[in-house]
Amino acid sequence: MREILDDIERWRAAGKRVAVARVVDIDGSGPREPGAAMAVNEDGEVAGSVSGGCVEGAVVTEALQILQGAERRIVTFGYSDDEAFAVGLTCGGTVHLFIEPLDW
Amino acid sequence: MADPAPIYEILRERLRAEEPVALATVVEGPGAGSKLLVVPGQDPVGSLGNEDLDRVVGRDVRGELDAGRSGMRHYGPRGQAGETTVSVFIESFAPPPQMWIFGAVDFTAALARVAKVLGYRVTVCDARPVFATERRFPMADEVVVDWPHRLVEARGAELGPSDAVCVLTHDPKFDVPAIVAALATDVGYLGAMGSRRTDEDRRERLRAEGVTEEQLARIMGPIGLDIGARTPEETAISILAEVIALRTGRPAPSLRDTAGSIHR
Repeated sequence: MREILDDIERWRAAGKRVAVARVVDIDGSGPREPGAAMAVNEDGEVAGSVSGGCVEGAVVTEALQILQGAERRIVTFGYSDDEAFAVGLTCGGTVHLFIEPLDW
Repeated sequence: MADPAPIYEILRERLRAEEPVALATVVEGPGAGSKLLVVPGQDPVGSLGNEDLDRVVGRDVRGELDAGRSGMRHYGPRGQAGETTVSVFIESFAPPPQMWIFGAVDFTAALARVAKVLGYRVTVCDARPVFATERRFPMADEVVVDWPHRLVEARGAELGPSDAVCVLTHDPKFDVPAIVAALATDVGYLGAMGSRRTDEDRRERLRAEGVTEEQLARIMGPIGLDIGARTPEETAISILAEVIALRTGRPAPSLRDTAGSIHR
């Protein structure tokens, strides 16, 4: 969160709504530790990152849906033995993100 | 956006001030998104839904914050252990680790710069006011004009396992008392720069000061990993790489543990 505060402040000052995605859990090897955070504003501008760049595009799509009224939720990216998710991580791990509007 | 959001505001101020704080968020189960913010020594702010859950999670959050850990915990609806109805993400924000660099020498600026990249709060300390200036080390958070051992004696209690002390003075007059003082702290990384001959000479001087072999084994000297570094920048990378390897317990070859010329 620390590294995205400046962008969040700027967006809030401009009256933009903001969603925050945080890595809450990792299976296998993941590029970023739990707590890695990314913010997306209602215009689709991005601050921070939650992976090595593999899933950020998909996170923007999810974040914009949540800003448009979808339920805040855990979103999972990566490959597992029994099912392939839509977007993978090059390192082969699975990352669980909690995405929510910054309304707290 | 509606009214100012109190939890975010407090979190932001704590992060800006580099003070410890932890945030618990329900990420699965009833009340997903509800939050409990924990500041050491104060009552928690917010709620996860009921007093029992708040009490149990609040206790766990304090433990995780002390350990500097972030991760998922699972509970029953009233905080019961062994149940998984409620998943809580606990995120600890410990203050950034510190790096104290002793000696305002050529290598100091490069080391301070690389340490900043890795998120350290950097203090440069040298007894010589001509060299220890903020103008020479604008990247440092703090430049202290004093004998290094006096800084350690005054503020060594601030140093813990995630912090580092790098002794670059090359001068036994400064570095022997500084190392003796640093050995009395809990600092996680203690490195000292110099050639193999300088290092042997320094270890002899430290023994003469009563430093034990066990204490000498804590000292990473000659400082850095054996990567053939030559420039101040390369040397800074070799030092920070050694700091990381020591923390993670990986067997990257340190100069301390190899033989032969440092520069090949």
